[in-house]
Amino acid sequence: MEEIRAQDALLTLEGLTKAYPGVVANDDVSFSILPGEVHALLGENGAGKSTLVKMIYGLVKPDQGEMRLKGEVFEPYNPAAARAAGVAMVFQHFSLFDALTVAENIALGMDNPPKPRELTSQIRQVSEAYGLPLDPKRTVGDLSAGERQRVEIIRCLLQDPKLLIMDEPTSVLTPHEVEILFETLRKLTAEGTAILYISHKLEEIRALCEHATILRLGKVVDTCDPREKSARELAEMMVGTSLHVPERDPSEPGDVVIEMDHVSLHSHTAFGTDLKDVSLAVRAGEVVGIGGVAGNGQDEFLSALSGEAWLSSGEVRLKGTCIANLRPNQRRALAVLSAPEERLGHSAAPDMSLTENALLTAAVRQRLTKRGFLRWGKTESFAKDVIKEFDVRTPGPDNAARSLSGGNLQKFVIGREVLQKPEVLVVNQPTWGVDASAAAAIRQSLLDLAADGAAVIVISQDLDELLEIADRFTALYEGKLADPVPTKGLTVETIGLMMGGGEEETAA
Amino acid sequence: MIRLEKRPSPSRVWAAMTPVLAVVATMIAGGFLFWMLGKDPLESIRTIFWDPLFHETFGPYSRPQLLVKAAPLILIAIGLSLGFRAGVWNIGAEGQYIMGAICGAGVGLAFFPADNPLIFPTMILAGALGGWAWAMIPGFLKVRFGTNEILVSLMLVYVAEALLASVSQGLLQNPDGMGFPGSRNFRDFPAAHNAEIFTNTGMHWGVVFAFVAVIFAYVLLTRHMLGFHVRLTGEAPRAARFAGVNPTRLVLFCLGTSGALAGMAGMFEVSGPAGQISIDFNSGYGFTAIIVAFLGRLHPIGILLAGLLMALTYIGGELAQLMLGLPAAAIQMFQGMLMFFLLAMDMLTNYRIRFSMKTA
Repeated sequence: MEEIRAQDALLTLEGLTKAYPGVVANDDVSFSILPGEVHALLGENGAGKSTLVKMIYGLVKPDQGEMRLKGEVFEPYNPAAARAAGVAMVFQHFSLFDALTVAENIALGMDNPPKPRELTSQIRQVSEAYGLPLDPKRTVGDLSAGERQRVEIIRCLLQDPKLLIMDEPTSVLTPHEVEILFETLRKLTAEGTAILYISHKLEEIRALCEHATILRLGKVVDTCDPREKSARELAEMMVGTSLHVPERDPSEPGDVVIEMDHVSLHSHTAFGTDLKDVSLAVRAGEVVGIGGVAGNGQDEFLSALSGEAWLSSGEVRLKGTCIANLRPNQRRALAVLSAPEERLGHSAAPDMSLTENALLTAAVRQRLTKRGFLRWGKTESFAKDVIKEFDVRTPGPDNAARSLSGGNLQKFVIGREVLQKPEVLVVNQPTWGVDASAAAAIRQSLLDLAADGAAVIVISQDLDELLEIADRFTALYEGKLADPVPTKGLTVETIGLMMGGGEEETAA
Repeated sequence: MIRLEKRPSPSRVWAAMTPVLAVVATMIAGGFLFWMLGKDPLESIRTIFWDPLFHETFGPYSRPQLLVKAAPLILIAIGLSLGFRAGVWNIGAEGQYIMGAICGAGVGLAFFPADNPLIFPTMILAGALGGWAWAMIPGFLKVRFGTNEILVSLMLVYVAEALLASVSQGLLQNPDGMGFPGSRNFRDFPAAHNAEIFTNTGMHWGVVFAFVAVIFAYVLLTRHMLGFHVRLTGEAPRAARFAGVNPTRLVLFCLGTSGALAGMAGMFEVSGPAGQISIDFNSGYGFTAIIVAFLGRLHPIGILLAGLLMALTYIGGELAQLMLGLPAAAIQMFQGMLMFFLLAMDMLTNYRIRFSMKTA
């Protein structure tokens, strides 16, 4: 089948190999992408998807193998060369300047930007043609994540690409925004543009893609037409084993453990969102899921509970006692733990070892200090416990946090808190960028924690995840929290309304 | 083609190797510089690095000088390294050094000519307090108003120099000095004199304190929660806050400690090797200590070695001026080159060089 595809392929990869010290990221990868198709690249974290697309986009040079674009040898030595050849990429993390306008940001990312007025009209044209509503004069700092992504997509489309690479494009979008994006992508493919689509979300791939290449440990293990497979079959191809589906005995929630009473908080970051009059009570044994599009106050919500920020008004109570004036470690002593979203730099220090990172939050509860002096032996054995219990793939606790893949570091960060036996655990994006089997393990550990009587608050943009593990659901929108409702019987549409502040977003 | 490839994690081997490489590169470039000045490069290098320690005639004189010059450098650099680790940039150690000297000497001279064993300890305390207070100015302004500690601490050096000139011609001027600027000499005031502990070794109380500071910093950074918080703040400020670090307290601790150590260094210098407060008593130790801190990789043991090496270039430089007629500026350039090469070589800890046949 590949031979037939290769004949009229847009891009053909033949035997691409790339090794990094200690790991072969891609091993003899071959496949081809046809013009006008949406080609899924599927694989767990660390399967080599990022390295592969970086080679196509000219960010990384392959050690061996060859790429052909429309039959000609394609060796981009930098992204500009790749763009000139018609390859564009929308990254998972946006590289936009908050203080500049949409048009200015787009001009900065272009190799030969046209004059500002021309560019503005071009942006308008493209955004209308592809159904991506966006005002070129708006400041990027005011845009939602979905709108920011549109900026990146339009920047790519202005270069008239033949191949558009999209890395986890829907991880930050509301269901409605996902639909808009899919419409755009379908329009593009109808015009003959090929799309290389990287995602963990199997349902999306089934809905959108015509062809899928599955990577595992750097090798192509399978290809298929995802429309003919079930999500479970796809996941099994990707993981190589059966998925672990979280199980949970419904239990009667106990007394209220943690309570936020009309909490308001002023955000100290330039483009942060203030929390406005947030109230929530979580009972022992309960998992409350908080949805919402990124940037609607999730970070601030977590910091109000972790003790990193002071409230401007309202109270946080633990079993009826006010803890609003306690600092992070005083709260930890009372078993109120948290795991922020940003792994590198917030929940973990990138250049420090896993042992040192274990010390970062576990010093108080695990008694890792004695009169201020560190007990390294005990700290290291705690780090080892986390690594073992949560199946963190690393040579050992001496390795720097930065050297772990995103998913593995996430397992470490969540494991570090879970093993400290919290009574209240607040996590933000617990499975973001984590592969399916690891995500299932993390979710199961959160459920186990609740089953043992902890109050668990999960902030996530993955609705499927929230529906799967939460007893009650609510959403943050512009710093306001909707009234929580039982998860049972909720539809994705209702949730979308809660996430949009109760009003239907007007379709473009 | 030569390419740079980012390492997955910083190389420990290279982190230890770069200072050595930087020294070698400095010797080569320095030798070239001396050759262009018409001197024999090998002889110049030998005069700077070898003769002060092993020359038959000069060795016995210069060897004790090694400890005398290294002690203030090490003492100051240890303090600075704590701040540098946490991302608190105290560039004004020279000013804190001067203020420590003025306060320490002032307290001592106030008791002249009493003979009490408590005078010298009181002077140490006063020196530390003087440096601490001078460092608290940028510290307070930073935590209260968000000013930049680099600029404020640096500018305060010039204020301190002006104060030094003023007291050596006024408040602390030697009443029996026949109008010459400068204080009484501490050699004539045994209770306050920072004399050699063992004759002809250069070992004075400042050296003892420098070694104690090295051990203290080593224990703090590797074994204590406060040291962990210092390192964490430098590596990832947001993670530090999450870990419960109070940024205000940490900034004040780092600036205060470096100020106190610099102040002590100034007090030991003025009451010992320098002997008196004079207009130009300070000799740039506070600035050179910045190089020492980085050359020692901000690591206490590294700083100890770097301090000794830097002291050697001071002594060797003086010897080279004497013996070969090298200009004093050439030695300063030599020290500057060391910093330059060190920063350039630092790249090797985070990147590896790849040679590939393919050209773009």
